[in-house]
Amino acid sequence: MARRETWAAYGFLSPWIVGFLVFLAGPMVASLVLSFTDYDVLTGAEFVGADNYRTLFGDPRVRTSLGNTLFYTALHVPLTMVVSLALALLLNRAGRRSAGFFRTVFYLPTVTPKVAVGVLFLLLFNGQSGLVNQVLGPIGPDWTADPAWIKPGLVLIGAWSLGSTVIIYLAALRDVPRDLHEAAQMDGASAWARFRAVTVPSISGALFFTLIINTISGLQTFDEVYTAFYGSANQQTYGSDAALFYVVYLFQQAFQFLHIGYASALAWLLFGIIMAVTLVQVRLSRRFVHYGGG
Amino acid sequence: MGARRWPIWTGLAVAAVVFTYPFAWLVSASLKPRPDVFDNALIPREWAPENYVTIWSAAPVLTWLGNSVVVALAAAATVTVSSAIVAFGFAYFRFPGRNALFALVVGTMMLPGAVTMIPTYLIWNELGLAATQVPLWAQNLFGSAFYIFLIRQFFLGVPRELFEAARVDGASYWRLFWRIAVPLCRPALIVAFVFELRASWSDLLRPLIYLRDPALFTMPRGMKAILDQFGQAGEARWEVVLAGAVLTTVPMIIAFLLCQRYFIEGVATQGRKG
Repeated sequence: MARRETWAAYGFLSPWIVGFLVFLAGPMVASLVLSFTDYDVLTGAEFVGADNYRTLFGDPRVRTSLGNTLFYTALHVPLTMVVSLALALLLNRAGRRSAGFFRTVFYLPTVTPKVAVGVLFLLLFNGQSGLVNQVLGPIGPDWTADPAWIKPGLVLIGAWSLGSTVIIYLAALRDVPRDLHEAAQMDGASAWARFRAVTVPSISGALFFTLIINTISGLQTFDEVYTAFYGSANQQTYGSDAALFYVVYLFQQAFQFLHIGYASALAWLLFGIIMAVTLVQVRLSRRFVHYGGG
Repeated sequence: MGARRWPIWTGLAVAAVVFTYPFAWLVSASLKPRPDVFDNALIPREWAPENYVTIWSAAPVLTWLGNSVVVALAAAATVTVSSAIVAFGFAYFRFPGRNALFALVVGTMMLPGAVTMIPTYLIWNELGLAATQVPLWAQNLFGSAFYIFLIRQFFLGVPRELFEAARVDGASYWRLFWRIAVPLCRPALIVAFVFELRASWSDLLRPLIYLRDPALFTMPRGMKAILDQFGQAGEARWEVVLAGAVLTTVPMIIAFLLCQRYFIEGVATQGRKG
């Protein structure tokens, strides 16, 4: 009886087990093996030892793309989290019905395909005639052409789609026990003190979760950057490498130049970086994340 | 009370303008003649609906939209059904290795997609399907960790007595799943469906990797081709690009407005106990 049940259970799980083996475990192994080869799909793979990794560490474009990506992520993650938290706090204070309306408004940009976001970036942030600079006037930089301003501009347009983070925070804020706040208020705690001592610890799980997912997605930014700055017609729109993000470079190596082995090594470096960053975040989070006993 | 509320309203109103203005501008600019594109008037001084005629004749947008609909529906339907089946396996049965396997499922959520991108391409290439739309949705036949996790939560909420009673009546496990768990958890399945619909509709990277023949392009991939053709040549024709951007975006906006409850519920559950 119990045995039959086990078989049935594995029957239900079988789609995932097959998918895991064929599209996750298998590819991971294949990717690792490929990273030690020279392979262009058309001819057979040739074993080259650690050559790809050696090349990778000496490749200036790896350094550029990695630098760009880390710079972008380092701005994107805190900006997203701080603005989202501010909006979620406002929503939490507004009445339920109006909160529902604004929640919809804030979430709307996240259903906009990133291709369209890339187009909006090119036009709204256009140095001469874009709306952003019409507002900023003479102090507005050339967001889409000045290498120093391309990434800050991308961070700003990226922040436009922070709606999911807002909703996650709002859901967490609604679970904060009211009596904790009231008790703190009775004790004469200021609004800021209550925010630090009650609100932040109560939603630390959500803060941690969004820290991890925003970091991972930031490190893999591709669609809007590729849309705005790269194309099939011309390898690159602008002379500088300011918009060379890591996954863009990985994509070019793999699918435009067919350097499959080298690109696999790039993929493993990215994997290593993401794992390392995530582990550091998990470590640090142990100090401040509280999972309420509720 | 009213006096203390106004900063909240001001903050929300300003944010709402920032979040909606780009849409309004996008739609309005797509209806302006070329010289007026950068003009910020939300109501065009001069209307140019012919931008849509131009894009219609310059690119097979109807085909691309159709492809996107087919691919997104296939992706959403397959991932919902397969994830529900797997989720039921985890929610109902007690079997050796359950917790370890489930931890593995959750663990794979952390795996960056860029890492499996190349070998996955090689698999489809070996199968002779690399230049088709199949790779854009077929992996969903095996379920997806996030949806398995989400749907399982709902299945766990079904009172066990319901299942036990049906078992006593001689119902098969499949019947428990299909006749009890699925109907009771329909909202979770809709969440998975609309989520994947959005993800699939918006995807650019995979269509860039797999699709060569413009007749097979999805709308975002076609949009990129329009941008390459009309946006980056010597003289940019932004009005055509903008019409393309509207056609890429608006179907998803409509879908969102129709099912926003499910989109937002899906996101809200993400932050809880992850």
